[in-house]
Amino acid sequence: MSVQAILDDPALMIMATGALVGTAAALLGPFLILRQNAMLSDAISHSIVFGIVVVWMATGAVAGPVQIVGAALTGVLTVVLTEVLVASRRVHDDAAIGLVFPVLFSLGVLLLNLYASDVHIDAHTVLLGEIGFVWLNTVEVGPYLVPRAVLWMGTMTLINLVFVLAFWKELKLATFDPLLAHAFGLMPRAMFYALLFLTSSTAVAAFDAVGAILFIAFIIAPPAAAYLLTDRLWKMLVIGVLISLLSTVLGYWLAVRLDVSIGGTMAAMTGVFLTLAWVLAPRHGLTAGLLRDLRRRRLDETRALVVHLATHEGTPEERHEENRAGALGPHLGWTDARAGTALRRSLAGGYVLREGEALHLTPKGRATAEALLEPWRRG
Amino acid sequence: MSPADLLGDYTLRTVLMGAAILGLVSGVLSVFAVLRRQSLMGDALSHAALPGICLGFIVAGERQLGWIMAGALFSGGIAALWILALTRTTRLKTDAAIGSALSVFFALGVVALTWIQAGGNVAQAGLETFLFGQAAAILRSDLPPMAAIAGLAVLAITVFWKEVKLVTFDPVFARTLGLPVLTIEVALTVMIALAVVVGLQMVGVVLMASMVIAPAVAARQWTRRLETMTILAAVFGVASGVIGAVISALGQGLATGPLIVLAASAIVLVSLAFAPGRGVVWEAAQRARDRRALRGRQVLTTLLHLAQAHRDRAYPAEEGMVDSFYGYRTRRTLERLDRRGLVATASHMPGEGRHWVLTPEGLAEAERVEADITGRRA
Repeated sequence: MSVQAILDDPALMIMATGALVGTAAALLGPFLILRQNAMLSDAISHSIVFGIVVVWMATGAVAGPVQIVGAALTGVLTVVLTEVLVASRRVHDDAAIGLVFPVLFSLGVLLLNLYASDVHIDAHTVLLGEIGFVWLNTVEVGPYLVPRAVLWMGTMTLINLVFVLAFWKELKLATFDPLLAHAFGLMPRAMFYALLFLTSSTAVAAFDAVGAILFIAFIIAPPAAAYLLTDRLWKMLVIGVLISLLSTVLGYWLAVRLDVSIGGTMAAMTGVFLTLAWVLAPRHGLTAGLLRDLRRRRLDETRALVVHLATHEGTPEERHEENRAGALGPHLGWTDARAGTALRRSLAGGYVLREGEALHLTPKGRATAEALLEPWRRG
Repeated sequence: MSPADLLGDYTLRTVLMGAAILGLVSGVLSVFAVLRRQSLMGDALSHAALPGICLGFIVAGERQLGWIMAGALFSGGIAALWILALTRTTRLKTDAAIGSALSVFFALGVVALTWIQAGGNVAQAGLETFLFGQAAAILRSDLPPMAAIAGLAVLAITVFWKEVKLVTFDPVFARTLGLPVLTIEVALTVMIALAVVVGLQMVGVVLMASMVIAPAVAARQWTRRLETMTILAAVFGVASGVIGAVISALGQGLATGPLIVLAASAIVLVSLAFAPGRGVVWEAAQRARDRRALRGRQVLTTLLHLAQAHRDRAYPAEEGMVDSFYGYRTRRTLERLDRRGLVATASHMPGEGRHWVLTPEGLAEAERVEADITGRRA
């Protein structure tokens, strides 16, 4: 297949656009999530609508570097205005975010209503994007006709990748310990603003494809899922990108089968992966947590059992009275069923030996009991 | 259209009533959303209403506001639970939980919307107005469910006012009193969802977040009392709803949601700037007044000290000397004191600059200021 044939294939180009949006977003998202600034991406991707409309009215640009940089500045403006409001100490940070972006977004939508009824950006596209048509809109790059969205999303992905690799150390320290980063002269605030500027730029470049709101899913959900799966930053980025790619491909496939919005399905898939990570993550997931609780509860039962046996090892009469299989239930306040399973598990675990009705501690069982009863003797 | 025609217009009356209901309920509930620092919860709940709107439409088979509101409440509730569960059971923080719920639920809504459209249902035309709101699309039959929900929410707040107030400001103390704090907190979150649901038709899912924040922020500027704040927020909410709806209904197809949000934001801006006590401009003016008063007292006591040091009650102090003592031009301060009759210009040696002496009133005032300061020091 020639290069141009690939570039002319709508399905491949739609998936490529989605994959580039997902990758570019997943490279930046982890830093926002770790800094607990995820909602800034919400504010930014709403308010760039204003920037896009203003840049379009001023220069006629609907794509390209002028549009991306110009509109991205509104995203940064949102953050600055939010910080000004918070600094005035009259509004909390959460309310400040929720005050600023609706204003810029409203202005953008009204300007569209007034002046842009016949151009390609209408109020509908603002929210949903039209990734299904990205392959129609091409530009010449050398000998090839490349879809515009692929070209600019590819550029943004490359810029984000270079930024993250070049400033890896600075970003990492600014994220986890801004004060230390400041003390080292690594300019954590400059890093933060660079990150937000790139987030805005990426949102602008992705705007045609997925609109203002679906982009938020791409920048938050995959890194959030990755955060539940790993403790290492670089793995978080890699897993986030992988989840984005999977969401794109599966989302496209599902959208075509159900004949629904492609961008919407891709974004919804990121949510599916977040849910999967939430349920199944090996250490931080729900299932893992439940299993951990269950194991701890079972171990606690065994411990209670061996401590009971150990404290009644005194005289043979006492031993005969207390350390019987049938006495466990009443003496430990357990139901017979619970006592039965606890005993079975302790026998299987090698803590206890059973001779008829009588129960004896194994050396392992005695060690466990002594560690609990006389912890100071340990070691 | 003349104002009389406006009031007589049937559609416009419906729109105005809808806008007033919306403004009232979102105004009242915004107070608790903002004070309990749940502002962005409203953002999530409003975006998350979209799949519910589609669900309500599918269940009813047509655009029926009652079903649509029920659906929106349902999906909003699921989103709220998702946020709560995600933050409680994982190490993800509120921001990531809210952001992911907001965008993923919205994405599901987009999918559902396109699915309904692909089904070719003719009645779906009305659904997209729920994105940005369309006051003109409101029907007389939409008002009763809106009014019912709004009435319920406002009534609940009124009846449980004392409890709600305590939980808002001091949940720990409320718990020690044996109040069902969790239930009240859940109820307040549900009520934010109710406010969102009432606003769907007017403001739309995307911008409804703003309406459960802006009225409260504006109202907070003007008062320190929760009662006054709630009433003011309701007034601001109704005002922005009505202003936005009227402009939208009269204009050429301008989306209502953005207009209402801009009206509310304008009220916020004015309140942040000019509210007595808390307004930024008001505070700057107050600070300037304070600075002038302080400088006046300083210069006055300086003149007194000079007079005392020279054992001359009418000692003429040269303006340039006072300037260099303070490091700034004291002319305006001295002229202000002059206007109050506390100092007067005096001619000293020819060729030298202006000189100032304390008048008898100035002397008395300066001594009073001095005693005031030293008295406090002792």
